[in-house]
Amino acid sequence: MEYEQIKEQERNYHIPSGCGISGVVNKKGKVFSGENVLASICTMKERGNGLGAGYAGYGIYPEMKDNWCFHIMYDEANARELVEKFLETRFIIVNEEPIPTKKINTLKYVPTLYRYFLEIKEENNKDSSSQEEYILETVMKINKNFKGACVFSSGKNMGIFKGVGDPDEIGEFFRIYDYKGYIWTAHNRFPTNTVGWWGGAHPFGILGWSVVHNGEISSYGINRRYLENAGYYCTFFTDTEVITYLFDLLSRKHQLDFDIIGNILSAPFWEKIEMEKNEEKKELLKRLRIIYASALINGPFAILVANSDTLIGLNDRLKLRPLVAAQKGDFVYMASEESAIRYICQQPERIWMPEAGEPVVVRVEN
Amino acid sequence: MAKAKNISEFVIERDMNKCIRCQACVRVCANDVHKYDEDTGDIISDNVMCAGCHFCEDICPTGALTIKRNPSDTRKNANWSRDYIYRIVKQASTGGILLTGMGNDRPYKNYFEHIVLNAAQVTNPSIDPLREPMELRTFIGSKPDRVICTKGKDERCFLKQHLPPLLELEVPVMFSAMSFGSISLNACKSLAKAASDAGIYWNTGEGGLHRDLYPYADRAIVQVASGRFGVNVEYLEKAAAVEIKIGQGAKPGIGGHLPGEKVSSEISLTRMIPEGSDAISPAPHHDIYSIEDLRQLIFAIKEATSYKKPVGVKIAAVHNVAPIASGIVRAGADFVTIDGIRGGTGAAPVVIRDNVGIPIEIAVAVVDQRLREEGIRNQASIIAAGGFKTSADVMKAIALGADAVYIGTAALIALGCHVCQKCYTGKCNWGIATQDPYLTRRLNPEIGAKRLSNLLRAWSLEIKEMLGGMGINAIESLRGNREQLRAVGLTETELRILGIKHAGEAW
Repeated sequence: MEYEQIKEQERNYHIPSGCGISGVVNKKGKVFSGENVLASICTMKERGNGLGAGYAGYGIYPEMKDNWCFHIMYDEANARELVEKFLETRFIIVNEEPIPTKKINTLKYVPTLYRYFLEIKEENNKDSSSQEEYILETVMKINKNFKGACVFSSGKNMGIFKGVGDPDEIGEFFRIYDYKGYIWTAHNRFPTNTVGWWGGAHPFGILGWSVVHNGEISSYGINRRYLENAGYYCTFFTDTEVITYLFDLLSRKHQLDFDIIGNILSAPFWEKIEMEKNEEKKELLKRLRIIYASALINGPFAILVANSDTLIGLNDRLKLRPLVAAQKGDFVYMASEESAIRYICQQPERIWMPEAGEPVVVRVEN
Repeated sequence: MAKAKNISEFVIERDMNKCIRCQACVRVCANDVHKYDEDTGDIISDNVMCAGCHFCEDICPTGALTIKRNPSDTRKNANWSRDYIYRIVKQASTGGILLTGMGNDRPYKNYFEHIVLNAAQVTNPSIDPLREPMELRTFIGSKPDRVICTKGKDERCFLKQHLPPLLELEVPVMFSAMSFGSISLNACKSLAKAASDAGIYWNTGEGGLHRDLYPYADRAIVQVASGRFGVNVEYLEKAAAVEIKIGQGAKPGIGGHLPGEKVSSEISLTRMIPEGSDAISPAPHHDIYSIEDLRQLIFAIKEATSYKKPVGVKIAAVHNVAPIASGIVRAGADFVTIDGIRGGTGAAPVVIRDNVGIPIEIAVAVVDQRLREEGIRNQASIIAAGGFKTSADVMKAIALGADAVYIGTAALIALGCHVCQKCYTGKCNWGIATQDPYLTRRLNPEIGAKRLSNLLRAWSLEIKEMLGGMGINAIESLRGNREQLRAVGLTETELRILGIKHAGEAW
């Protein structure tokens, strides 16, 4: 199949996938090299099939930390020119450059990859919440309207690096070990029905969010319609995209804490709610289920969600996908398999299996 | 000349070797079909009088009776079938509108039968409902778009908003509006008790709330219809919710008429009308000639019930159903009930029942989509009604966007109904659609309630199996989740309107 066809197919279909995930965070906000998470995800090569891998790092662009950073992939000749013209109408482009890569012979196809450091033009620069709306709108416009272009990272002082290949190939290709961050997540993909498009690899991100995900969501149909109601248009048709937007909606727009978000996305069973002794908490849990019924994520999943100051691990209500967590000093680790943690953390002080639906929330002190 | 009274729809076959002349059939038939000839000792059956309800066949101790459709037919004609010829014969004899009971019996396309459900395989494990929780709990009413809470010093969350009143259902199925008058008090008791036992709701229809049903009033949705029968403060206060009835699927745009001979002293008391007087529900509410009038009634009822009960509006599914439903939600309704073209009735003109309205599958799909597009889907629940025959129909309606489903005919079948469509005669041998004490005694409310509870239990088990198969363990993840549906043999237009993909198309 031609790459063009593959891409079209991936864009237009909802893609479930099985995968491996790994994440590391330093609670004090101390930066460390991406080589850690690269080594960790590579221990779980078995969980992927060479059709997608990726990384997200936070704190990687300290010199540019006040600028929005877009990572854009182009796989059509004139797409870059058109997108850059569009960006110029909305932003001051502080810096633009090809994303540094290393040639990897085994990668069959590589799109053109650029990164832009942007400042919102004065006339569009209002309060910070509308800035974020503005970025969201820009990203959705590019991804929807510009053929052959895809913004795959759009936060501040963070970046997503991903592509079609094994985690070692993609990590090496983007020279992940050259970056230093205080939160790292990684993904190794096993797509079940297509041969992979670079834009369809994980992590998926929007604004400062990044999500790596192992699972398939049976509630996708209603989650997506719910988000459309809230103004999010799904352009990638992946489960991960839906999870990312749900986090953005609930956290940024509805101002809910991650514990509460955990209780919405992976809601406790009624049986458990009824056993709750604290009446206030019981009422809260009940309301969350009533009001956010369409945001419940049903089906097997394990996800790692990050933003600039938090790493969150969450399992589905039945824990149908694996997730292990560990802690040593200021570091917290989460991964699909214990081996992926032990490989980079010799003697963890604590290692545990998070309960179904119980979010592991690690906040970074800034 | 052709005479209507000679037309028999059924023939009664009596196996004389089996018949023991016990005369049970003679005693039970409300239509006086069977007669015992004292001189000859024979039992003679008059086919013309037979309604086809199969009660005698059921009760015959030796199985001597078989009721069959009359094989005598007119010349084969694709246009002039026997049904149409006989209708004209009847009308030529009487000069009247032809009446019927139950739902549409024409072979319109049933979209449920062209929609198939999904199941999980490999990439997503199916869930065994016998091992894992499987949640069907459903809430009907207006829901806020978001939770607003503030954090106290000790990290506790304090809810900062009032939650509108909601109905809580253990199964997303309820009993549709059937009034005391259209059905017997024993039938009402069966429905009310079963609803209370199963954790769902029953609907009084426009029949008022009989005193004997007060113990089940906290599970009752009471109707305020165009005749306002039985509506008083106590009625509104005792109920769980109020439903303003604008229309019904079997007879959109048409009112109702309970003949005076059915208005017994009990019905008279319950409906607050003189005994023996006709109970006429006008076609429109004469105080609702517009959407703004409806809004006034909705809020008048909310005021009267101190905003403690959900107030909904029931309409028939008609061409413009989506904008109408949107108007109703914006007028303040907490739920919208939509009754499709297959919806049942105690009495309706045949020509209306069979020709007016649209299928419920289509109506639910367009209403759900419209409310979402307008961003008001959370403001009201959608209850679908009209011809739900199996638990699979319930699943499909919910996946199309309904919050819950009303069943009427299916519930009556559980009580014995054989869908003979003669409810309007008041001679229901099964003791359901009649007020004759000799007939209503046949329906024991305890047994009736048990049979209805069994039906609900059976459907909920089936729904759990189907949900588990999809890898879903809470009904809210199916609601509006049209990705779980695929069509078999529908046109592009139908797919677009239903908002579903054709079988063979992946996610």
